[in-house]
Amino acid sequence: MKKILIIIFTTYALTLNVIASDDGELILKKNDPAEIEDCSENFNRATFKFNQALDGVIFQPVASVYRKLPSPAKTGVSNSLENISHLITIPNNLIQGDFRQAGVNTGRFLVNTTIGVLGLFDVAQHLGLTGFEKEDYGQSLATLGVGPGCYIVLPILGPSTARDTVGSTLNFFGGDPWYNVTVRNDTQYFNEANYYTSKGVSGVDFRAKNYDSIENLEKNSLDFYASVKSLYLQDRQQKILNTKKITDTQDDSDWEEISQ
Amino acid sequence: MKIKKIVVVVFLYLLNCNYSYSIEPEIFVQSTVNRASKILSENISKEKKMDELRLIAKETVDIRGIGFYTLGSVRKTLSDGQKKRYAMLFEEYFLKSFSSRLAEYTNPEIDVQSKEILSENYTIVNSLLKGTAERPEVKIDWRIYTKNPDNPLIRDLIIEGLSLARTQKEEFSSILNSNDNNINALFKTLEEFSKN
Repeated sequence: MKKILIIIFTTYALTLNVIASDDGELILKKNDPAEIEDCSENFNRATFKFNQALDGVIFQPVASVYRKLPSPAKTGVSNSLENISHLITIPNNLIQGDFRQAGVNTGRFLVNTTIGVLGLFDVAQHLGLTGFEKEDYGQSLATLGVGPGCYIVLPILGPSTARDTVGSTLNFFGGDPWYNVTVRNDTQYFNEANYYTSKGVSGVDFRAKNYDSIENLEKNSLDFYASVKSLYLQDRQQKILNTKKITDTQDDSDWEEISQ
Repeated sequence: MKIKKIVVVVFLYLLNCNYSYSIEPEIFVQSTVNRASKILSENISKEKKMDELRLIAKETVDIRGIGFYTLGSVRKTLSDGQKKRYAMLFEEYFLKSFSSRLAEYTNPEIDVQSKEILSENYTIVNSLLKGTAERPEVKIDWRIYTKNPDNPLIRDLIIEGLSLARTQKEEFSSILNSNDNNINALFKTLEEFSKN
């Protein structure tokens, strides 16, 4: 059943990607948020509302408790989750041709998993193994020239694009070693619960870290859906470009006209 | 005679004195941040804090510029009357949104770290909002409009690389798109926000 859902979902995402590309609106490597179409806006807004309701019932209350935990506990959880995410990042470093960072991240994973007690402590940074940035298959597809396709809001998972959704499905087809050892292959040490717990905690950790920002944004937005979409797409653009320097790429022509 | 000479010299000196003191963008940002932090740490009501923050915003932010940037290309289609109304509504909206967002923080510590001069008109000032037990540290870049060096103005805040002006522009664009680019729909939304 799960496989069928994944296939349907991938087909849907790819179809939307093709539709968007056919319109000529989206060009390969064009990840400017303003250029990404919201092909199913009504559906996306409905899903967004569903996610907001779910957030109000589950993530927000849990995150409000979680953020009150002592800092060392929260740091330990964040470190462990980040350590697991190395498993997707390393193959993507390789796909993107960043062999140096792949080596650094492999070192980080080995050190933190062993000396760092299953990733609870980021010992590797004290050994000079720094500069970790999460990478995923969506980013790798982008660097290979695949356009973003349409903007999509996924139930529970939240904002995405057609390309990034396809990228995420690759995790379920062998691309995520953590998924492989927990869900795909029934190993002696891990089971499905480990995988889904890590994903759930990851969601709570993200929500807690951004608790005030999200509340604040929701309260002060004229169109919360549009704000979240813009922030998500700006963030993705930066991650794909592996830069924080969005200021360099921002078009100043609008400003100049105003100042005249 | 000697006194007369002195008076003439002093007069000529004063005439040549340059009274316009250009303000370095990073000093401008740090001073603005310090003023806001002082207000936020004071033991006064939230409403009072918001009032004082509004005053700071009026002095230091290019509200009109941000407003028209946010409107995007639609501004080219507006009549003078509509532009005037929009500028007024946007200012009310902006000040409420700005002060309300900031008033949630108590004594935020922001350190200015460096600056990057983009052009004669723009400098990016890089700063760091120190983390607390409840939230991680946040990198905040300030886009400062320096066309008039005596009166630098904030035109954008870029939080962890995400531009607030750009976000707002796309938010306004979404409202206009859902209402056939009818500016009155945006006016109504802005009015409602400011009233609530």
